[in-house]
Amino acid sequence: MSLALPAPDMDRAITRISHEILERNSGSESITLLGIPTRGAHLAARIASKIEAIEGKAVQSGTLDITLHRDDLRMRPPRALMPTTIPALGVENRNVILVDDVLFSGRTIRAALDALGEIGRPAAVQLAVLIDRGHRQLPIRADYVGKNLPTSLSQIIKVQFTELDGVDEVTLEEGNA
Amino acid sequence: MRHLLSIADLSATQAIQILDTAEELSRVSDGPMKKLPTLRGRTIVNLFAEDSTRTRISFEAAAKRLSADVINFSAKGSSVSKGESLKDTAQTLQAMGADAVIIRHSASGAAQRLADSQWMTGSVINAGDGTHEHPSQALLDAFTIRKNLARGGNDLTGIRVAIVGDIIHSRVARSNVLLLTKLGAHVTLVAPPTLLPAGIESWPVTVAYDFDSVIADVDVVMMLRIQLERMSEMFFPNVREYSHYFGLNRDRLKMMKPNAIVMHPGPMNRGLEITADSADSARSVILQQVTNGVTVRMAILYLLLAGSQESGAQL
Repeated sequence: MSLALPAPDMDRAITRISHEILERNSGSESITLLGIPTRGAHLAARIASKIEAIEGKAVQSGTLDITLHRDDLRMRPPRALMPTTIPALGVENRNVILVDDVLFSGRTIRAALDALGEIGRPAAVQLAVLIDRGHRQLPIRADYVGKNLPTSLSQIIKVQFTELDGVDEVTLEEGNA
Repeated sequence: MRHLLSIADLSATQAIQILDTAEELSRVSDGPMKKLPTLRGRTIVNLFAEDSTRTRISFEAAAKRLSADVINFSAKGSSVSKGESLKDTAQTLQAMGADAVIIRHSASGAAQRLADSQWMTGSVINAGDGTHEHPSQALLDAFTIRKNLARGGNDLTGIRVAIVGDIIHSRVARSNVLLLTKLGAHVTLVAPPTLLPAGIESWPVTVAYDFDSVIADVDVVMMLRIQLERMSEMFFPNVREYSHYFGLNRDRLKMMKPNAIVMHPGPMNRGLEITADSADSARSVILQQVTNGVTVRMAILYLLLAGSQESGAQL
């Protein structure tokens, strides 16, 4: 197991992503952050508080559960549904930024785009991830990346947040495949 | 979870999982787009060998909101009325590729028979079998009670429920007693002795014969329909006397606790077990029950059908 992103670097990456989001969208007025549970939701909350600290005003932030739109439902036992909370201004004509912890095959994001389409029609959709580990199976890329981490398919990336796991860090484990 | 046959088979954890799933799904139903792609390509058969309005429509709406294909099959106008057996019907449905069969039948145990047989491989959901069980109704009732009254927790601890009326013929009462007590509620059954089943002493409930002595203490009053179609003998002297002693009316409504709610699984005999003004009062959550019925049934279908059958968690 190796430490890919220790706590201070993780914090710096989140700070940089927050600044990039603000730069690209000319402030926080037009943006709505939607984190994909579980850890994407925590990452979105972190980014939201950074942006609020920088801009000095509240930012629209919520969560989007994509379970019902997954294309691999039939391959696994039923999954528990997680909460979807859409902030007050909705997604209609907003710059929606999907937030997830790890970008891998891209299938989660495809499902998220479908789930988002059910709710409304955003002006634009952008994607922020903490780790991009490659191995895409769909034509999807992230607009904001904390760290590009080349991996082999058998490796396992573990993102941890203090709120859930007691520690902030990203580790890379050798899988047994 | 492969089949949903009875509440007796469910653990409290599994029941709460269904309620929590329904909670998340209810937010989808409240949204602008009511259709989800989750069960696309699955075929669900509504096999109703007994009359039903809301259960059949509710399951149909639930299945359609999850994009499943629904085939409705009622005994009237089908080969069942020509004397086709359950086995032949099931094998026919299997040959047509049904992923799940939702069955209502006048014989207690019909759903169990279907699930235990090798006649078909799909999931079986019991939508009411004789006087045995009606699990989806109990789940939607528990969901409605939890939404209205739960004190923070995800179960029904400390909530007092009175189930009033035709207990002996009621599969709704049977399933509700099992589920509500499993989730921590206290249940009192109120009925004339003739409408209580034999062996009631072994149920985990309190029994009362005097509605007025109970009504002021409970959080939920669940009225049951007098099932005239199942009554081949005299269970009470006449309808007026029954209404007087066991009906819910304006005077009894006034005796209820401030936040207490009135439930009825439907269809109602207005003027018999419940007066029209009680059914339409602010305390009544009867229409909420119908709405919640769709989301709870979506949760059941999701948990039974969305995952893989092979690795499906046993529920």
